[in-house]
Amino acid sequence: MSHSPLLEVQDLVTEFETDEGVVRALDGVSFSIGEGQTLGLVGESGCGKSVTALSIMGLLPRPAGRIVAGSILFNNQRLNTLPTRSMETIRGQSIGMVFQEPMTALNPVHTIGRQLTESLRLHTNLNDQARIQAAVSMLDRVGIPAPDIRMTEYPHQLSGGMRQRVVIAMALICQPKLLIADEPTTALDVTIQAQILDLIKDLQNEMGMAVIMITHDLGVIAETCESMVVMYAGRVAERGSVKQIFGSPMHPYTQGLLSSIPKLDGIPKSRLPVIEGIVPSLFDLPTGCRFNNRCARAITLCRESVPALRERQADQIIACHLWDEPS
Amino acid sequence: MGRTIVKPLLEISHLSMHFPVKSGLLRRSTLVNRAVNDVDLSIYPGETLGLVGESGCGKTTLGRCIARLYQPTQGQIHYQGVDLASLNQRALLPYRRDIQMIFQDPMESLNSRHTVKEILEEPLIIHGMASAQARDTEVKRLLDLVGLPARSATRFPFEFSGGQRQRIGIARAIALKPKLIVCDEPVSALDVSIQSQILNLLLDLQSEFGLAYLFIAHDLAVVKHISDRIAIMYLGQVVETASSETIYQNPRHPYTQSLISASPVPDPTTTRQRVILKGDVPSPIDPPKGCHFHPRCPACFAPCADHPPPLEPIHGSEDHLARCHMVNAPGAAEDTAIIAQALGEAN
Repeated sequence: MSHSPLLEVQDLVTEFETDEGVVRALDGVSFSIGEGQTLGLVGESGCGKSVTALSIMGLLPRPAGRIVAGSILFNNQRLNTLPTRSMETIRGQSIGMVFQEPMTALNPVHTIGRQLTESLRLHTNLNDQARIQAAVSMLDRVGIPAPDIRMTEYPHQLSGGMRQRVVIAMALICQPKLLIADEPTTALDVTIQAQILDLIKDLQNEMGMAVIMITHDLGVIAETCESMVVMYAGRVAERGSVKQIFGSPMHPYTQGLLSSIPKLDGIPKSRLPVIEGIVPSLFDLPTGCRFNNRCARAITLCRESVPALRERQADQIIACHLWDEPS
Repeated sequence: MGRTIVKPLLEISHLSMHFPVKSGLLRRSTLVNRAVNDVDLSIYPGETLGLVGESGCGKTTLGRCIARLYQPTQGQIHYQGVDLASLNQRALLPYRRDIQMIFQDPMESLNSRHTVKEILEEPLIIHGMASAQARDTEVKRLLDLVGLPARSATRFPFEFSGGQRQRIGIARAIALKPKLIVCDEPVSALDVSIQSQILNLLLDLQSEFGLAYLFIAHDLAVVKHISDRIAIMYLGQVVETASSETIYQNPRHPYTQSLISASPVPDPTTTRQRVILKGDVPSPIDPPKGCHFHPRCPACFAPCADHPPPLEPIHGSEDHLARCHMVNAPGAAEDTAIIAQALGEAN
């Protein structure tokens, strides 16, 4: 990777003001993604994967959420210090976003057509006629039958899979350079999930955009992404190429995650390896490595100091004191 | 496993659950939602029967009929020589202790104003454990069985994490020493690292008490892991049943084949051809004529659109049934082989 990446997130720290005090949802998150690449962000609830997406998009709930340190560089432009107006031109035009629940991402009282043409109205000089034409052809591209009729319909008239296609069409209509998909298929059935993942892949090949795929499903990561970031309690546990991490995971959390999921070709009715304990609350994080209270290998050092991200090889970086120690 | 001699614990025949769909100004029922339509299934003692299908296929409704949370429209549920479907609430009471239920969302299914002790005591009181002291001991025993500390008894559901709440739900389900537990998506609301803890707990309890499970879920990998046999449902009907190994190794119904092919595999080195089904699941209010699956079926041929196929043994094997014209039709063997190859995995 000689040229500079499309998006570079460096030491990002995001905090939320809550009734119970300040919560640090992201604590020094770094990763990057090149043009046309697919990066997976994976982790369990509260690990910060969605907050990462919202931080990039400048959509953190205000005034509670704010970025307190670090930088987000997109096309060499620093997003996190950008004035709201400039951010608005990037959002929707250069970066598109797909949310988990299509029904909440769509406005129930506006037609599909109106919602699709909105970002064209904001970001392009196209006239009414051209906007409608662009919207119809986008609906056609995401595989919606009879797109001109659908333009006049409301979200409730569509099935879940069709709604998610509309949300994808909305995110892509301005041909963004980066698409952030936050659990785009979690609310959908498996056969529909396969359709949507394929659609995203096809459109990516066609339009050459980069995709950040946020999911808790390691199967989705394995099937769609080239590189991945494993997050735990607001920090990066391990990141690198998907092949490398699935092939030889080095962080005990990644290892635990990968071995604890039931596999179709596994031994039926055998006990699964488990990660003991529960995901810690952000209000009550262990000191040192945040995984230390669930880690079978933890030693005193893990409770005292935060492990730095260290490189094993070019495509695998791990935040653990012990990965290169014999177990 | 010699099932020919073992008698089923529970035998469902021709079970249907139809919901009237009310519409219009006068709320007249004009249409019928055939959520479960003519289902035959058996569950054997100590086994896990997995029930898989997509949303709206009727798997939850079927589970609720078996737990008799619904009064089925038609059909029988034979249990210990009695037809549970025909019993009224009062007559059902003695059988309720034998068939219990675990729900998907433990926060919704536990009374938030009751302590864990009160939640676990309730079934004991209803089914006649009078002595408060005996109940105390029993609550402690149940908490211990599901891996919760005894001090949990005085706490409320909101004080627990999702996985711990599901443990409380499981403790309540086993309180009456049931023979069968209907588990409705018990792990789908949980984080990945917690899922395996709960699956292990269910496996442990099964081997300790010889429980049978009806395990309802949409995640094929989870169901295959925990089940002895699997039934696949589509639009209110069972379309294929077989041992979980057979369902995975030799699926015969095109819907089963596409479900397996659509499940994401957590291994980036597998290269396989996916067959992606076109279209959405149709509505059970107005299912397609003939085979319900035919509009989406990659193997559909002429008779599929007109004649509904029966659920029949594949080449005479009572252990493997499928509802498809293709599986036993003369000359269909090669066709299915071609489809299976197209659908199948490269590895």
